This record gives sequence, C-alpha cells and structure tokens, in this order.
Amino acid sequence: MSKITMAHGAGGKFSADLIREIILPTFDNEFLSELHDGAKLGKIAMTTDSYVIRPIFFRGGDIGKLSICGTVNDLAVTGAVPRFISAGVILEEGFELDDLKKIAASMAEAAKEAGVKIVTGDTKVVGRGQADGIFINTAGVGELLDGVDISAKNVRAGMRVLISGTIGEHAATILAERHGLELPASVKSDCAPLNGMILAMLNAEPKIAMLRDATRGGVAAVLNEIAGAAGVGILIDEKKIPVRGEVRGVCEILGFDALELANEGKVVAVVPADSAEKILSVMKNFACGVNAADIGEVTEKFAGRVGLRTQIGGLRIVDMPVGNLVPRIC
Amino acid sequence: MSLVETIENLARGKKNLRFMEVCGTHTVSIFRAGIRNILPENVELVSGPGCPVCVTCDEYIDAAIAYSKMDGVIIATFGDMLKVPGSAGTLAEAAAAGAEVRVIYSPLDCIKIALENPTRRVIFLAVGFETTAPTAAATVLAAKAQGVRNLLFLSAQKLVPPALKMLLADSAVKVDGFLLPGHVAVVTGADAFRFLEVPAVVAGFEPEEILLALVNLLRQVDAGRAEVANEYKSVVKAEGNLAAKKILAQVYEEVDAKWRGLGVIPKSGLRMRAEFAEFDAEKVLPLEIKKAARRTACRCGEVLRGVISPTECPLFGKACQPLHAVGPCMISVEGVCAAWYKYGGLRL
Repeated sequence: MSKITMAHGAGGKFSADLIREIILPTFDNEFLSELHDGAKLGKIAMTTDSYVIRPIFFRGGDIGKLSICGTVNDLAVTGAVPRFISAGVILEEGFELDDLKKIAASMAEAAKEAGVKIVTGDTKVVGRGQADGIFINTAGVGELLDGVDISAKNVRAGMRVLISGTIGEHAATILAERHGLELPASVKSDCAPLNGMILAMLNAEPKIAMLRDATRGGVAAVLNEIAGAAGVGILIDEKKIPVRGEVRGVCEILGFDALELANEGKVVAVVPADSAEKILSVMKNFACGVNAADIGEVTEKFAGRVGLRTQIGGLRIVDMPVGNLVPRIC
Repeated sequence: MSLVETIENLARGKKNLRFMEVCGTHTVSIFRAGIRNILPENVELVSGPGCPVCVTCDEYIDAAIAYSKMDGVIIATFGDMLKVPGSAGTLAEAAAAGAEVRVIYSPLDCIKIALENPTRRVIFLAVGFETTAPTAAATVLAAKAQGVRNLLFLSAQKLVPPALKMLLADSAVKVDGFLLPGHVAVVTGADAFRFLEVPAVVAGFEPEEILLALVNLLRQVDAGRAEVANEYKSVVKAEGNLAAKKILAQVYEEVDAKWRGLGVIPKSGLRMRAEFAEFDAEKVLPLEIKKAARRTACRCGEVLRGVISPTECPLFGKACQPLHAVGPCMISVEGVCAAWYKYGGLRL
C-alpha cells in the first residue's frame, strides 16, 4: 500500500505501523521513544493533539471542549499537572462566526474547569473545500509530579486494572448522530477533563504504575499497548466492565465492540493490588469516576496479550483493533 | 443446571460430534463469548460458508474496482467489502487512489446518494444472503417507482439452502448437525431447511441462545432424530416472511452462481429480472474483465466448507493477517479466519 488510507488514522495497527516505520526512525530520540501520550522532559511534560471530529457539535461537547480535554488528559496520564495550552485553529472559508464563538467559549470553559490557561495560539484560514469547517491543534505543558513514575516498565503481574467509568459513550454518541439513531438524552459524549481525579488518585497512591486515557481504539487498544510494552498478560472480566445498555445497543446495531469504542473522559489505571480499593474509592468521589470499576488483573501468562473472561465463562482474546471504519471520531 | 452442564451431560460417552454454524454472525458471537473453549472435548463447532463477503469471488471485486475507476461513478457498498482483495488490489486502495467509494448501512441510502448526485452514476454492490436481498430488492423497486435513472446494482446475492445441500453431498465435509442462520431463516422460514437429513436448529445470536440450540442438537443426536427445530421462534416462522419473499421473486430470478471456495452451486444466486435491466450494472455497463487467476496457498475454500480449521492453512497468522489478508475470510468481520485470529487461541 503506497497511500494513506483512513485506517492509518484509526489508532489501531495501521497507526502503530505508521509510527514505527516513519515517525520513530525519522525523529529518533530518547524522549520520543517511550511513545506515551505525552513526553517527559525533566520536570515538565509536553503533549500535542489535533482535533478533526465530525460533527463539530455533538451531545456532551463540541470540538472546542474536546481539544482542551484531550490535551489536558494526555498530560494528566503522563503523571503531570497540566498548566498551559496552545491552540492552533484552521478554518475553512465560509465557516460561521457564531459557531467559532461557541467553540471558543467552550474551550475557555473547559480550560477553566481543568485549571489550565490558553497562553498562545494561531489562526489560519484556507479556501472553501480545502478543510472541513474547523480543525484544531492544541499542545500542552504540565509539571511532572515528584515521586510519580508512570511507565509500562513498572507494570507487574498481580496488579489490578481499573477503569474510571462506563465505556464507549463518546464514540456511540458520534456514531448514533452520524447514522440517525435515536439515543435517550442521558447518553452523551463523556468528554471531560480528568486531571483533578487523576491528581487525587496519584496523591492517594504515588506508585500507580500506568495511566492511559482510552481514546481512539478504546480500552482494547490501550490494554494491548500496555501488555505489549510491559511484556505481561492482562485478563479482564466481561461482567465487571461498565457499559451502558444504550451503548451496547448501538454496538449491536452497527456491529462494534464497546471495548474498541473511543472514550474522551475515561482513564485506564494499572495499580498495585493492595491499593486498588483505596484508589477506586477516590475515583468515585469525582463526577467523572462515579462508575469506576476494577475490571481485571495483570498476569504472567499469555504475555503481550489481553484476554477476556466472558459472561458465560468462556475465554477469548481482546485484540488490537484493526483500523475500523469510524473516521474522525476526535 | 446451567446450559453448559446440560451440554456436558448430553455429550458424555458420545463419539466426537461436529456441528456447523452456518452464519458468520453466529461465528463471531461464538468466538466473542468464548463458547468453543467451554464445550466438552468431543463437541466441536465448525464454521460454514455464511459470510457473504467471504464467498464473493475475485471476479466480482475486480468488476467493482473497474467500475470505481470509470468517470463519474460513485460506488456504494457495505463497509466490509472495502478491504477484500480481488486479483489486483482492494476497493480501499482504489478509494485512496481517487475512486469515490461510499460506505452505506442500508441499500436505501443509495437512492439518496443518486438523487444528490444527478450527474453521477451510483453503483451499489449488492452482496449478501436472504437477509439483505429483500432490502436491495425494495431499493430497486423504489428507484423504479421514483424514476431514479442514475442508480445501478451489481448483484452477487446468494441463497443459503442450496449451499447447505451442496455441503451435505460433499464427502469431505463431515458434519453431524447444523446451527441454522437465524436472520436468513426470518426470511426463508424454518421450513426452507426441511431437506436436511441431519439434526438442525434455527438459532438466535445471544450466547445463551446458541447454547440452547446446542442442547437441542445434542438431544436430537441422543434420540436418533434428524429434524429442523426452531429455537428462535420469537422472530422465525415456519413459512418465513412472505412479503420479503414476494419482492425477492418480483425483482430477482434464481440462477447458478459461483461461490468462492465452493464453486458453482445450482440455483444459488439472484439475478435481476429482464424488466429491471435498466438498473443492472452488468447490462448497462458491460465490462470485459480479464480473468487474472490469483495463485496463493490460501485454503479459504476448505475453511468455508468446514473441512479444515483456519490454523491448518499454511498462511494463517503469518502471510495472512487482518492487516495484509490473502483471503476474504481474514478480512470480513464475519470471516472465520478473522474471528479465529481476533478472538481465538487463548489458553490459560
């Protein structure tokens, strides 16, 4: 294949290949090679992300809120306290000014909620048809917490795997809107800044081994990346994974697996077994963590792979999603 | 007693039993629930030819790609056709190279695309079994009624009962019973499978429904019976969906059709009747497709007939993976090789 296909942007195997074959060898350095959501640079962490979601306004948020929360969360899961954000906006000729105002306002509101400042930025306008309405890039800088080391190398067999709440709502909301499926008003994107909750979790247990926000590729992709990077197996229990019935329904109709659906306000944590309960109770104090659950364990067996104990007691693999057909989900 | 325990009790002391799940949706459900590895050792589930993408031939993909390269053509297709390789490339590659390929969820979407693009020609890749064929037929009728002039259908729709008839006659295929496809049976009716001479059960798709159907199959084996039971009565009737059957007969006629891996099966395909020729891509835009035979060690054919399991194919998991698939069984979300690769093989 000699051209970029939509699958290269889906966060699955094609994206991983792109990083391994082009990005890493070209830009090779010691900060890049950890391939975490953000880079650790001494006492600070830095990250960047671009947002091309369609539709730009959706239930539970819009591209502006997403562009702040996504970058804040990438910093938080690096073990940093997010401080400063930059924003680059690419606008298509003809874009409604009122829409831009709404998007800017929700960026400001999300930044306030997350306790970060938007300190620099850039605006470009391209001709009609040369972009799709609005694209946003944000970068963020945060201060790394002392005594915290979020890294796959700290993941050990016996540790517990936690998720901060019900999964798949962001992607299910976007998919339902695109396909004209009616969802109850209670189902909306989970887009939210997680840095407050993550800071509290790290204060309760600085030895949390791994944190990831389960965006593109969902929980399935994140767990596979952790298992691969740490050289361990992960076994999760289907009965314990929180999924709303409505999200299950969308998955059934459209043929998706909730484990593979993108979230924009869910963190996966790998934590020492003896502090799992304490961390869970901390998470449940936050609105974004009320449905937090312990969903499984790190194992010595089947290193590099993720297994699922099913509802009826069977066992199957949770594979790395292969670029499914859900383009422009974030 | 749980269903799994009932199955264990019924299977105890019996010879090795092989049951074929015909439908790709069953295959996926069985793998996702991990059913294979909780069954007793002497009860084996084998997958059949029930993934429409998997049984679609190279020639069809080649034709679709050739159409996609014509000026002004928009190809409309279900998503899982995109990555299926023909003899030279996939539709996804054609799209990356500039062809316009739209993924749709219902054939009726094609009418909307055609009306929005009056200067273009929309070609719908009508692939599927009795489950999707009625909607495609309804779309043909709607297009005719609305006077849509720029919508064509490339039909490779297939019928399941003739394929099962062929499998039963094949001495290489050893099957002690069938889990019959629930969605297909909604249209055909359970009675359409009465010709089977082995135990058969129309089954639903939830893990418990599949286990229930297995219990029924084992009870039939136990009693020495061979009948078509219906464990999906909530939606499947003996006579099927008469309205759907009627529009199928109105739009299509049964013809011999080539299945990947199974060869030509008599009266197993659906061709548009002459009165709908204006919507038939092959009639309106005849193609000259050179037959470029692909030579691969892919054993899709035997996998689709349940003669071998995917892991017995020399390419499985090596040259043939979801990322770079050789055969369609590894591409389609309902393909048995893809399900095996994605969910199978985990032992604790």
